[in-house]
Amino acid sequence: MPHWIRACATDDISPEDLIRFDHDGLTYAIYHAPDGRFYATAGRCTHEDVHLCDGLVMGHLIECPKHNGQFDYRTGEAKRLPACVNLQTFPVKVEAGAVFIELN
Amino acid sequence: MTAAPFPVGQRDYSLVGPDSRRAVEIGLASAEWYHSEVPRAVMKDLMKRTDGPAIRDTILWFALLIGGAWGGIYFWGTWACVPFLFVYSVVYGSSCDSRWHECGHGTAFRTPWMNDVIYQIASFMVMRNPVTWRWSHARHHTDTYIVGRDAEIAWMRPPKTLTNFLALFDVIGAVRSLGILARNASGRLTPDEKDFIPESEWGKAVLAARIHMAIYAATIATALATWSWLPLMLIGLPRIYGSWHMVMCGHLQHAGLAENVLDHRLNTRTVYMNPISRFIYWNMNYHIEHHMFPMVPYHALPRLHEVIKADLPPPNTSILDGYREVFASLRRQKTDPEYYLRKTLPPSAKPYREEFHTLDIARSRT
Ligand code: FES
Repeated sequence: MPHWIRACATDDISPEDLIRFDHDGLTYAIYHAPDGRFYATAGRCTHEDVHLCDGLVMGHLIECPKHNGQFDYRTGEAKRLPACVNLQTFPVKVEAGAVFIELN
Repeated sequence: MTAAPFPVGQRDYSLVGPDSRRAVEIGLASAEWYHSEVPRAVMKDLMKRTDGPAIRDTILWFALLIGGAWGGIYFWGTWACVPFLFVYSVVYGSSCDSRWHECGHGTAFRTPWMNDVIYQIASFMVMRNPVTWRWSHARHHTDTYIVGRDAEIAWMRPPKTLTNFLALFDVIGAVRSLGILARNASGRLTPDEKDFIPESEWGKAVLAARIHMAIYAATIATALATWSWLPLMLIGLPRIYGSWHMVMCGHLQHAGLAENVLDHRLNTRTVYMNPISRFIYWNMNYHIEHHMFPMVPYHALPRLHEVIKADLPPPNTSILDGYREVFASLRRQKTDPEYYLRKTLPPSAKPYREEFHTLDIARSRT
């Protein structure tokens, strides 16, 4: 059943950056976009088993730290090879200075 | 399925053989590698993309190419063409490799199409299929010098010193590259290529090879029509007579160092170089730094080096110093293929990742 989980405080993530969030044996990436919005995706790249948390956020793209594959973290769309498979995304809401993601 | 044991020292560098299976079994494939610690704010700054340095370098690169080609054509048939073709050949036959490499990573320019355009041009110059090599290089970063996984191991053990150094004027490499392009153009990919290229990309690899071969065919036709070597001296042959700098720098990257380890400080070399070589090589002499943090652009590698050098083995002080070390190590590997040069870390560095680098495939076969 879908439920909201508190991932972090809004000021835990600098603008145009991301952090790792682990919950219930799974790992996620939480993004703070340059326009101030927050987003969440699966934590690991779809190309190989590498966490995106050490990657580079450029605008609305996250670049994987291993082979520079890129995804649009708003939609999960793979934008640059060698990433070919889209990332899973999760709904996000901000309440009382905290970021929540909706998980099943 | 388990791989059958076979004698220590014997290696199978193919990507579909027993060493490949063994690397997967013992956790060397797609593993987690050692990284020096860099504060996130510093790393964000180092990773920052900008077009400025690469545009400046590319303007200079094209100016040297155009100027060299102009002099080569204008003075063709006289000795005066030699210095022009010397410059032209090195910026064609050697700089192409570093431009291919950096733009393949997508880090040279901030603007994606600029990376893509230079990547395609440089792939043609270096006679590499732009599709195939994007994937083989990704594997090289995932499994650097892991036997049976890395398709870009230049110094297989026991080393064939003469063959590799004949490649200094990369006749063998260029002929081999052309053969691969011709094979790809005919629609064929080897099992190794099929192993590291996703099936969705196979058609693109064939198309790219056909375009490259068509340009070479047109160049040969022009040479025959004009009954002159000049077209080939400008397109194709510089990959041979101008590649010595690429090969000289490339051999320093990993030769004589460890295989089957998960710490780039053990299998990769950083060498201080003169500014001209660094321009041609786009700072890839900071090679440990590049492998540890491939998303740092070439122009920020000297800064990254300053940040993490206390955690790295001391760099070689010059190209000559690097080669002294390489030759000494290769000499030992000729009689003892298990040997590798293990550099002493400074006291400030974290120890090598013993738990991983003792997982040598050869020693784990018993
Ligand atoms: S692991 Fe992310 S692009 Fe390869």
